[in-house]
Amino acid sequence: MNRGTPSRRRNRNTLRYGGNRLRYAGIVALFLAPSLVPLTLFTLVPMVSSLWVALHDWNLITPMEFVGLDNFRDLLTDGGTWAAFGHTLGYIAGYLPLVYLLGLAAALALNTALKGRNVFRAAYFLPVVTSWVVVALLWRWLLSPANGLVNHLLGLVGIDGPGWWTDPTWAMPSVILASAWKDLGFVMIILLAGLQAIPGELYDAARVDGTSAWQRFRYVTLPLLSPSTFFVVVISLINGFQVFDQVYVMTGGGPAGSTEVVVQQIYDLTFRYGRAGDASALSWLLFVVVLIVTIVQVRGQRRWVTYA
Amino acid sequence: MTHPIRLGAVAAAAALLALSACSQGSATREDGGEDGQTVVRYMEFSSNGGNEQNLEAIVAAFEEENPDIDVQVETTPYADYFTKLQTAVAGGTEADAFELNYENFVTYADSGALAELDVDGGAYTPSLLEAFQHDGAQLGLPESFSDVVLFYNKDLFAAAGVPEPTADWTWEDERAAAEALTDTAAGVWGDYQPATFHEFYKALAQAGGEFLTEDGSATAFNSPEGVAAATWLAGKSGTVMPTEAEGAGTPDFDSTLFREGKLAMWHSGIWMFGPLADVPFEWDVVVEPGDANRASAMFTNGVVVSANSEHPEETQAWLEFLTSSDTTVDTRLSAGWELPPIADEAKLAPYLEQTPPANRQAVFDALEETVLPPVIVRQQEMQDAVTEELGNAAAGRKTVEQAIADAAARVDELL
Repeated sequence: MNRGTPSRRRNRNTLRYGGNRLRYAGIVALFLAPSLVPLTLFTLVPMVSSLWVALHDWNLITPMEFVGLDNFRDLLTDGGTWAAFGHTLGYIAGYLPLVYLLGLAAALALNTALKGRNVFRAAYFLPVVTSWVVVALLWRWLLSPANGLVNHLLGLVGIDGPGWWTDPTWAMPSVILASAWKDLGFVMIILLAGLQAIPGELYDAARVDGTSAWQRFRYVTLPLLSPSTFFVVVISLINGFQVFDQVYVMTGGGPAGSTEVVVQQIYDLTFRYGRAGDASALSWLLFVVVLIVTIVQVRGQRRWVTYA
Repeated sequence: MTHPIRLGAVAAAAALLALSACSQGSATREDGGEDGQTVVRYMEFSSNGGNEQNLEAIVAAFEEENPDIDVQVETTPYADYFTKLQTAVAGGTEADAFELNYENFVTYADSGALAELDVDGGAYTPSLLEAFQHDGAQLGLPESFSDVVLFYNKDLFAAAGVPEPTADWTWEDERAAAEALTDTAAGVWGDYQPATFHEFYKALAQAGGEFLTEDGSATAFNSPEGVAAATWLAGKSGTVMPTEAEGAGTPDFDSTLFREGKLAMWHSGIWMFGPLADVPFEWDVVVEPGDANRASAMFTNGVVVSANSEHPEETQAWLEFLTSSDTTVDTRLSAGWELPPIADEAKLAPYLEQTPPANRQAVFDALEETVLPPVIVRQQEMQDAVTEELGNAAAGRKTVEQAIADAAARVDELL
């Protein structure tokens, strides 16, 4: 009887729906415009044009000269590139565990009924919203080998402090220390939110089962904190690959190139050496590395992230 | 309900608005001046750090003589100047005229960013005028020159009973005095001369070596003279001079040390005469000690007209005034700024009559045997490589021989 109806109805629906969809898209575009326009102008357009620049030799002054993939080939055979990635990985290897552990410790401490905890929370978060230039100059002064507060305090207990950012061995640890100090508040806030989302009944149940405080932390807190941990690790890794401000202000990549990280290298290539083509190629190399690392992380999260 | 096409138009208009907001920055750079004056923009670094009013005075005198021209000065500290200039040239927002030091002139001249000038040139010292020629074209005018001398604190020398430096001193005399004057317990250092590119090419010339081979195709400093020069510089750190870990090499570290009366000898430029006029101790200068040869570092700054300038004639008129007018000569000499590049030496006489320092004649004696920095297209990379390797030697991370060999290999790659 009504065999033809569904198809008729479908057609009618599609037509009407199609009209709606066009109108709907227009409205969506309008609401997206405030973020889409700047994103296009200041992120997508520069990204695509940097790929174009990467295929050229360009000193920013004379016209560009097309060289194909030469810049990429030169970068891959240049020891400086690998050294820069090595320094960046070294930074991440020191920074990520340190900032996570410090942030976790702060979050756990401030998740208790500590008196004045809001003051502490604000205090720990303050460096996060402070300009990197200010923080880096502060740490440069704190870690100044001759007149710095840190070496002065070490001297009081009879330790002869190292040369910090003037010593190639200690320069990267100095940068890591400053970075962890600044970012621990961010990690703390995310983990604190994660901690507060863990239902109290789970702890009650664990207590009834006669667990120790460590067991409750290990088998309740940590697994249920894993989504927050995952988020923090992804963000911190991406930030870690892009480390620049603190290096630029504290060491400028020195001494003896010991803190020459990838983005510092990109900056030096462009603005110090006038090699915008090489710098753009290196930017894309960094982009690909970050992309791969992030994909691997997102894929890997299934194995260790527990959603309550 | 709003029509989708209209919405699209709104979005496009929003995008256009955003675009025009971006370009506004460059549109405002040309403020029309008053009463149809021609605006000449001038970017520079050399007045920064104490000579700003002196440049203002020169601008005012020029504008009085040329009421149709409005000169707008944009000053940037030296440390950031070349980054800013390079970016401005890349973006097409550079000024009509800008300042370049001799080392960077070649890069810009080679790039086609500079307009050829049509000048008589008779007013200038010929060698300085030639420094700003490129492939036979006059692409810049010399603006100033300066040299490096040995500053010394007379009070510290007297207190230590060490005879003051003379023009006959050699490295050996300087070394012996520096050791006698260094008193680490009192925080007093004998000498300050960092192991950097700019000290090295000069010490190399003093040792009798060459930086590049004659045709400029390879380095020539991996030689006994190169090792001697690097040993001389690197040996100072930690013995008679503070180390990197003690702060050496950070901005204003050396000038502060000298001002505080804690530095006996200091290799520095004559542009420090003005800033040091008020220190509470006696000081003087002498031509830098040599080794096999005498050689003093000479620096020269030039000014150029951008190839994109819409008013090249007015711009050139300003630059000629800036570099060779009597106002400029008077201003530079009385301020103890860098010296004007003029051929007429009689005009420089007032400079010698001022004190401190008493021995201003050393500034001109030093010019008798000068050495210019080696210049290549990839200048900054060369300077950084040499400074880094010398720093390795000074900090004991490499032997001097190894550092020199590595520096030579790295510079060869850049040629």
